[in-house]
Amino acid sequence: MSLAVQLGIVVGYLVLALGIGVVAYRVTTRSAEDYYLASRTLGTVVLLFTTFATLLSAFTFFGGPNISYRAGPEWILVMGLMDGVLFGILWYVIGFKQWVVGRAHDYVTLGEMLGDRFGSRGLRGLVAGISLFWLFPYVMLQQMGAGTALAGLTEGALPYWAGAGLVTLFMIVYVILAGMRGVAWTDTLQGLFMLGMIWAAMLWVLATVGGPEVLSEGLGTNAPEFLALGGGLYTPQFIISQAVGIAFGVTMFPQVNQRFFVGKSATVLKRSFTLWPVLVILLFVPAFLLGAWAKGLGVEVGESGNVLPVLLTQYAPGWFAALVIAGALAAMMSSSDSMLLSGSSYFTRDLYRPFVDPQVSDRREDWLGRVGVAVFAVAAFVASLFQPGTLIDIGSTAFGGFAQLALPVMVALYWRRTTRTGMLAGVGGSQAAYLASVFTSLLPSTIGGWDFTLVGMLIGLVLTVGVSWATHAAPDEDRTVYFEGLEAD
Amino acid sequence: MSTAIASVFWAGTFLVLSALAVPWFLWGVAVTWFGLPVWLWWHVGWLVLTTAVFFVFTRTGWGIWSGVEA
Repeated sequence: MSLAVQLGIVVGYLVLALGIGVVAYRVTTRSAEDYYLASRTLGTVVLLFTTFATLLSAFTFFGGPNISYRAGPEWILVMGLMDGVLFGILWYVIGFKQWVVGRAHDYVTLGEMLGDRFGSRGLRGLVAGISLFWLFPYVMLQQMGAGTALAGLTEGALPYWAGAGLVTLFMIVYVILAGMRGVAWTDTLQGLFMLGMIWAAMLWVLATVGGPEVLSEGLGTNAPEFLALGGGLYTPQFIISQAVGIAFGVTMFPQVNQRFFVGKSATVLKRSFTLWPVLVILLFVPAFLLGAWAKGLGVEVGESGNVLPVLLTQYAPGWFAALVIAGALAAMMSSSDSMLLSGSSYFTRDLYRPFVDPQVSDRREDWLGRVGVAVFAVAAFVASLFQPGTLIDIGSTAFGGFAQLALPVMVALYWRRTTRTGMLAGVGGSQAAYLASVFTSLLPSTIGGWDFTLVGMLIGLVLTVGVSWATHAAPDEDRTVYFEGLEAD
Repeated sequence: MSTAIASVFWAGTFLVLSALAVPWFLWGVAVTWFGLPVWLWWHVGWLVLTTAVFFVFTRTGWGIWSGVEA
């Protein structure tokens, strides 16, 4: 297997993504709503796959199978419950309401939606600031995934920094060019591609080895505890903490939350919502089973190595492994491109415009948004060269941070009596508590086996409701925004 | 169904869908069917059921809790 063929597959894929970006650029107008939200016109297939591909990152190909390899395939249950069921329900509970409110008032970001309702520039800036703080390490994590994957595939011929840099460069170009429409179109291609690749990988391994019975016998010999539900890492508290924390966290990730605004019609939302659980399980089952099977096959993976590429190198031809790595790059890029775009919109609309230049012209905002994408991507790339922490640690910390935003937002969307003071207390208090548990020893990271993420969420809920109850609405709050004059179609 | 009953009904349904996505009653069971753990089959089946329930929700329950004028 020559290096040229491997690189050809990967670069060919990158160029294809860029080509789609260029086509999208030609139909994109120069307005913020079009650049960030494709003018709220996405149909079912594109909305479904852009949400799917955005949500599923390099973690699906690397971090997730690694957990299955080291701790057992129960990770499928954690992710299935989290993504397939809980996120689906939240897509309706938070997403549908946000979609309706967003259409009625032309909101582009979460911070804008909250700031307008509560008449508070401070709340708007706080939500954007918190979001950017957690988003940045997560973008870096994706670049680390890409660099590691390409270095592994080419056995070091393409060094880590060059792989991460190459992918960053391609992303910057097509995100700057194309905005949400281009990102959503490439996501659709990337979602289909990664789904196809992971199934092909599973079938290939099954065919090579001789069927699932052989693999479960291998597991019975090498890791009998993997077949039984639970045990080791997987306690009920762990499964529930992870699933709930990640599901609520995902809804507040800027790139996912912003997708709540972009559906064309209620029909599009209904269809996407219905197909969601099955789509999710189609990806997770093969991805994480491969990790567990590798254990049964006695595949050896180094301390910090990724199991999926090692498994495929041993059980599939080199060109096929290169295709699967391209699938992982698709997963990684489809998350990062959306994160860059959303991160940029949070910066320009919720920080720059309200705090620096309220009179900024459309043209300048458009320009700033694109420059923001490049700055954000390059900064995250530089950080990725230093690789602080491990993939999973950084990832789970970011999810917990975003999860703290979810309950105050839900209270605001559904309870008229919510006040600005209540929101500031709920959002600020839960973040402070969560930060203290992650970065200091003032608060524990788990309590009785339950992750502190859940404790922080509870603090946020109690503060939002309690303080709202005890305070009065400020004169410039507008209680009607989320409740009156809303129409579905 | 009246709005109040539908509201409680769908909240309860979503709760059950979440609670049983992990087959807690199979805890510690290592039986396999066709090479895969039986708890995994449950989970896959449950997610297919979830899609079916979501479909029914879009037909009969959509709009509930949201305050949106139909």
